[in-house]
Amino acid sequence: MSFFLHLLVNGLSLGFLYALSALGFVMIYKSSSVLNFAHGELMAAGAFLFLVLTTWAELPIPLAFILTLSGCFLLGFVIERLFLRPLIGEDLIQVIMLTVGMAAMFKGLLLFIFGGDIHQYPSFLPEAMNLHLGIIQIPSVYVATFIIGILFLVMFGFFFKYSSQGIYMRSVADNQPAAMSLGVHVRRVFALSWAIAAMVAAMSGIVLGIINGINVHELSSIGLKVFPVVILGGLDSIGGAILAGVIIGLLETFTGGYISTSLREIIPYVVLVVILMVKPYGLFGLKEIERV
Amino acid sequence: MTTEQKLLINNISVVYSDVIQVLKGVSLSIADKQIVTLVGSNGAGKTTTLKAISGLLKPENGKVTEGSIEFKGKSIQNLPPEAITRQGIIQVLEGRQEFKYLTVEENLRVGTATRFGKPYHKDLERVYELFPALARRKKTLSGFCSGGELQMMVIGRAIMAHPDLLLLDEPSLGLAPLLVREIFRIIRRVNVEQQTTILVVEQNTNMALQIAHYGYVMENGKIVLEGNAEDLKENPDVKEFYLGTAGTQGIKSYHNLKSYKRRKRWL
Repeated sequence: MSFFLHLLVNGLSLGFLYALSALGFVMIYKSSSVLNFAHGELMAAGAFLFLVLTTWAELPIPLAFILTLSGCFLLGFVIERLFLRPLIGEDLIQVIMLTVGMAAMFKGLLLFIFGGDIHQYPSFLPEAMNLHLGIIQIPSVYVATFIIGILFLVMFGFFFKYSSQGIYMRSVADNQPAAMSLGVHVRRVFALSWAIAAMVAAMSGIVLGIINGINVHELSSIGLKVFPVVILGGLDSIGGAILAGVIIGLLETFTGGYISTSLREIIPYVVLVVILMVKPYGLFGLKEIERV
Repeated sequence: MTTEQKLLINNISVVYSDVIQVLKGVSLSIADKQIVTLVGSNGAGKTTTLKAISGLLKPENGKVTEGSIEFKGKSIQNLPPEAITRQGIIQVLEGRQEFKYLTVEENLRVGTATRFGKPYHKDLERVYELFPALARRKKTLSGFCSGGELQMMVIGRAIMAHPDLLLLDEPSLGLAPLLVREIFRIIRRVNVEQQTTILVVEQNTNMALQIAHYGYVMENGKIVLEGNAEDLKENPDVKEFYLGTAGTQGIKSYHNLKSYKRRKRWL
């Protein structure tokens, strides 16, 4: 029983992490229909920036965290400005290929600077965050992940649902010409969605780095895990991304715990295939509201 | 026209994709606080004229190649739409173009994009007062609203932006006659109460000429006729081709029917 609860909590926090990182991916897709293949590299970039700030610059952890997030926010803006804006109006496939190129570039750059070894953050989470719930014990990393995950998901939920900027972003995703006719600054919305995506990617990169250690190859391959998550959830549904993230997270930890650790990477994809056979657009994929 | 000019279009040509010329020297002017209507058959270039004003030609690969468009004395041709909307020109697109997955209220809030950060609750109330039907549907996804509600919503959305010049593209499209009258009554009201200058493109010439002060008739990318709305209503050509109220007496055979005899109608 305690093993089960243990896996449940681990799975949930891992799930929130996937959900967060999928959120960034979905945002870019929703606003500009671009599939961002460089998502894992963005995660790695965030994780390494945090590493640099904590171990090399030896800044206090909260400051380093905030600096990393704002740094990646800026990085998102720069990426949009330098690479994507010149391609506005080009075929979508070219933009997607560009993100593949970007992935290679970032990966190469990070390997060049940090090498392929596993790095570690200094341990900074207080022991007090180790939760003892009756018979089970939850390591502080998972508690932190859980809290960060929920906090940010709720924040983004409110941002998109109630803030004006969030509504403008959704309007661009919904009907771009109409948004333009009302004076929504479409290019600014694209830039903002890249910035937010890079920021949440960095955050999930950091948390994964705390759990598994920081390694370029590992992080960029985990970045690919957003694909089963977003496809399962429906490419353009934020709610779907969250639910699918949790599903994949739970599946992974339970397979790892009960069946075999070597299967945990595969099972999510198997389930994905099965679900897609039943629901080809994902759990919450866009069902066109048809007017007859 | 004696009043001050708000918008002055001087002999513009519009070309799509560098080859397709749609407007061939269109000139028109809109006086402050008036309703001006632009009528004409399909493909005459009415919508293109609106898009040339609002800057929405750009995403469609169109361009004003000649002539000038001046809004309140400042040249605005070929500016990006976000710059033009911020000067107070808001276009209501043809065919409603709602944000399907946003609720009615969220749709209206998108209208505040040009005034980001300013309070908007008064404007929301004002729109609900103009269109009581919308107040009841506030929380409904607009994808599930009826055509009439959507038309009200997109006009309301534009009003949220406090437009200085409102460009309406076929507000009557696909609506029942009673609703059309209602919509036009409200357009008139916005013009009177908020002193908004309005340019309406319409197929429903009769309705448009009833609320407009001044009108232009367009054909094949050219303005072929202009005048006060009352004069246009009495113009025999407009009557025959757009209002369908030309004298019924005298037409006994198709041979005598004017439109069959005259091919070049507007020269």
